Amino acid sequence: MLIKILTAVITVAAGIAAAFVLYWVLNQFSEHLPGSWGRRIQPYLFILPALAAIVVFTVYPAILTVINSFKDNFSRNWIGLANYRALFGSSTFVRGTLFNTLLWILIVPAACVIMGLAVAVLADRLGPRGEKTTKTVIFLPMAVSLVGAATVWRFIYASEPKGSTQIGLLNAIGSIFHKGPVAWLDTSTFHLNSLLLMVILLWVQVGFSMVLLSAAVKSVPADTIEAARMDGASERQIFARVVVPQIRGTIITVFITVLITVMKIFDVVYVTTAGEFNTDVLGNQFWTQISTYFNYGAASAIVVILMIAIIPVMWYQVKHFQSEEAT
Amino acid sequence: MTSTATTEAAASPTSKTRRRRSATHFDANPARAGWLVKSILIVLCVLWLIPLIGTFITSFRTVDAAANTGWWSVIVHPSTLSSLTLQNYKTALGGSTDMGAAFVNSLAITLPATFIPLLIASWAAYAFTFMQFRGRNFLFLFIVSMLVVPNYVAFIPILKLYKNLGLNGTFPAAWLFHIGFGLSLAIYILRNYMSTLPKTVMESAKMDGASSYQTFYRLVLPMSVPALAAFAIFQFLWVWNDLLVALVFIGPGPNQPVTVALTQLKGQLGQGWELTTAGGFITLILPVIVFLALQRYFVRGLTSGAVKG
Repeated sequence: MLIKILTAVITVAAGIAAAFVLYWVLNQFSEHLPGSWGRRIQPYLFILPALAAIVVFTVYPAILTVINSFKDNFSRNWIGLANYRALFGSSTFVRGTLFNTLLWILIVPAACVIMGLAVAVLADRLGPRGEKTTKTVIFLPMAVSLVGAATVWRFIYASEPKGSTQIGLLNAIGSIFHKGPVAWLDTSTFHLNSLLLMVILLWVQVGFSMVLLSAAVKSVPADTIEAARMDGASERQIFARVVVPQIRGTIITVFITVLITVMKIFDVVYVTTAGEFNTDVLGNQFWTQISTYFNYGAASAIVVILMIAIIPVMWYQVKHFQSEEAT
Repeated sequence: MTSTATTEAAASPTSKTRRRRSATHFDANPARAGWLVKSILIVLCVLWLIPLIGTFITSFRTVDAAANTGWWSVIVHPSTLSSLTLQNYKTALGGSTDMGAAFVNSLAITLPATFIPLLIASWAAYAFTFMQFRGRNFLFLFIVSMLVVPNYVAFIPILKLYKNLGLNGTFPAAWLFHIGFGLSLAIYILRNYMSTLPKTVMESAKMDGASSYQTFYRLVLPMSVPALAAFAIFQFLWVWNDLLVALVFIGPGPNQPVTVALTQLKGQLGQGWELTTAGGFITLILPVIVFLALQRYFVRGLTSGAVKG
């Protein structure tokens, strides 16, 4: 026990010390080069270690993953498009996994923005202390891991056989009105269970959305709001026509961040249903392919599908950054 | 340092709201919360806390009580308060799935993965902000685009790479992976922050004959502490709460972190509710404390416009 902590602390110290020495050497090296060479090469030397790490852990594996997706389960022989054909030929993958992921994508980011904006705007009207307390409460689940969140939410969704005392809150409320019990997470009618799992993610993410949007709402210039008020605009009109257009950029940032989180959602589904009862998503299917079927080819193909879905987001991200830099 | 640490989010709003409110003080302020808004927010806060409260109470209940009655019965019948026990925490910390050991493992994974990227990213951000060189914009755009790449792309190839190096199941496997994926965000946050620092100070230091190394350690690094803190909290929560990376590279076993241990606790004792709740609290206590204590730095990190993939 103690040894592990000690190792960690020593690693931190040694890692930081090594970095100090490395950059000292890089600096000395570039300063002793003849002429202007040192000054020209120096920035590249300072960026190199970080860039190398990013390339080793992102670019190189991404290329290998694309290649592996055209190979068999142990990445030995080329099998062309067979992995993709198998995935898209399976109706449980297309109508289950893919469709569920799409549902998450369609519902969660939008719901997260709307709820976050609502809390931000409403809490803005409270006194400073009320606002701070409200925000801390809503923001708190951000610190909780999704595994923890899923564990915590079992007490809401749990169901016991009919006749016995319900220890899940929803079914306990239902039993007061002589309804149920409903096995919430086993019920895939109208994707009820997937929707309930989305609630868990919303519980964690709305705080994030609220914090960003609240900062944006507060930075809307007061005189634009005053002017609208003078002109006799109602509070609702002010919100829709004056506030929202001015915080558009933040709304998009929040939307994209949640969108990426949702595209790779794994923990919530894995811990609660493990993808059973038609709740499977891409992230969980990836893990199933690796851990249950040992099929690295299919798992790589799933990642490629994910990468293709993320490319537009990446493109937008770069454009957005460029336009921000230009201003 | 504390004055610079105050986030824009926290600093500007008070003055803005005050201005907005004082402008209409002769009038009943239409932007004040009525009873409807207040009750909506109170209900929302209660709803938000219920899952946590329920878990917290259950973690102190006996096996029988947790399996046979809802946690709210403790509130409804306060007479049962005396039956609350610490036994679940004892069992979770000392049982076959040792949450205590897992907690230590989580620390051992998180600390190096949080602190080591800081210096590497700072140097890169320094070069990007204060130095002129060919390809600077292109390289930075590359880093911006790497922000959204999901870590799924790396699991299988890195798993094989680690297998050749004999790293699977060890802490360095997780350290390196988290560092590799944390760097782009770190560089992004730090560069955005450094570009707001006064350039004239760096230039006059250069004029006085300071090397890049000296300028960096004497000026830029100390001035960037708020951004460093923002990233460190970000990365700490990220690594501590991660499940997938730990599952893939470390897996269940002697080195498992709390997130993996918690799923194990669930798997072994399908009906052991009271144990998973105690385990759940052991998992979330540290990030919640860190989060509440350093909330404003975290908010700064978020509002710096970072999008993490």
